Amino acid sequence: MKAAVIVFPGSNCDRDVKVALQQSSGSPPVMVWHGGTDLPAVDLIVLPGGFSYGDYLRSGAMAAHSPVMAEIVARARQGVAVLGICNGFQILTEAGLLPGVLMPNAGLKFVCKDVSLRVESALSPFTTGYRRGQVIRIPIAHHDGNYFADEDSLKRLEDAGRIAFRYCDEEGEATDAANPNGSRNNIAGIFNESRTVLGMMPHPERLADPLLGGSDGRPMFDGLIGALS
Amino acid sequence: MKATVLVTLKDGVLDPQGKAVQQALSALGFTGVDGVRQGKYIEIDLAEADPVKARHDLDAMCRRLLANTVIEDYEIDIAEG
Repeated sequence: MKAAVIVFPGSNCDRDVKVALQQSSGSPPVMVWHGGTDLPAVDLIVLPGGFSYGDYLRSGAMAAHSPVMAEIVARARQGVAVLGICNGFQILTEAGLLPGVLMPNAGLKFVCKDVSLRVESALSPFTTGYRRGQVIRIPIAHHDGNYFADEDSLKRLEDAGRIAFRYCDEEGEATDAANPNGSRNNIAGIFNESRTVLGMMPHPERLADPLLGGSDGRPMFDGLIGALS
Repeated sequence: MKATVLVTLKDGVLDPQGKAVQQALSALGFTGVDGVRQGKYIEIDLAEADPVKARHDLDAMCRRLLANTVIEDYEIDIAEG
């Protein structure tokens, strides 16, 4: 499986994703600077976390119009798998590949901590390493992670089973107390219609090695390698 | 030609920043502040001299970048002369 990690000015999780992908696949991904339009043929494109363009205007708004993005949108529409983590999720919504928007956290504070997530679907290239209903521990680190979409869009997402992950307590209940940022329906990650694009605020690459205190993120990368090879 | 764009949150979209500003105003002793909504004010210098074309361009700028119409409304104002 060949993967590309897109590097924007202000990305800061690009190398973490590189390490996680390399650990699972045995070979390093291609690191692609956002300013070019030359994207090699790959099976997976990752938009990493960070603060592209210093979050100017809105998180992800500037990066969504970077030169490389037109090609990424075209590849995504052809069915190439695209994973957006944190700022990558914000960029995917701003680029129109995923519905909704990530607003400032309801508590107005940057939240950096491990959270429990309930896996809502194992039926995607990103989640084959998990089972539906499984509770995993993954860190979040964001100021703008408050997922908002209008009622019609939310209903479409829910009815089509396009919620990938929900914030929950340790027993797997998606309670208000377990919602770290005010996201509608405790949404932590969503798929596009064909489930080949995933946007998620939590950082699986940050807990993909026991040396870092946990490895609940690793099945995502192992699963991607298996599904896309 | 100078134009201004005002970007505001749509009705019904929660504005935690506005709420925090409202609470801070109350804490400072300003009573009777029933609500605060925070938005963005953007000034743009345009080479275009035709106000109709300018408005058309500005509308496209708002839809494509300046506002996220999922949660925001925008208002365009063009200074005549």
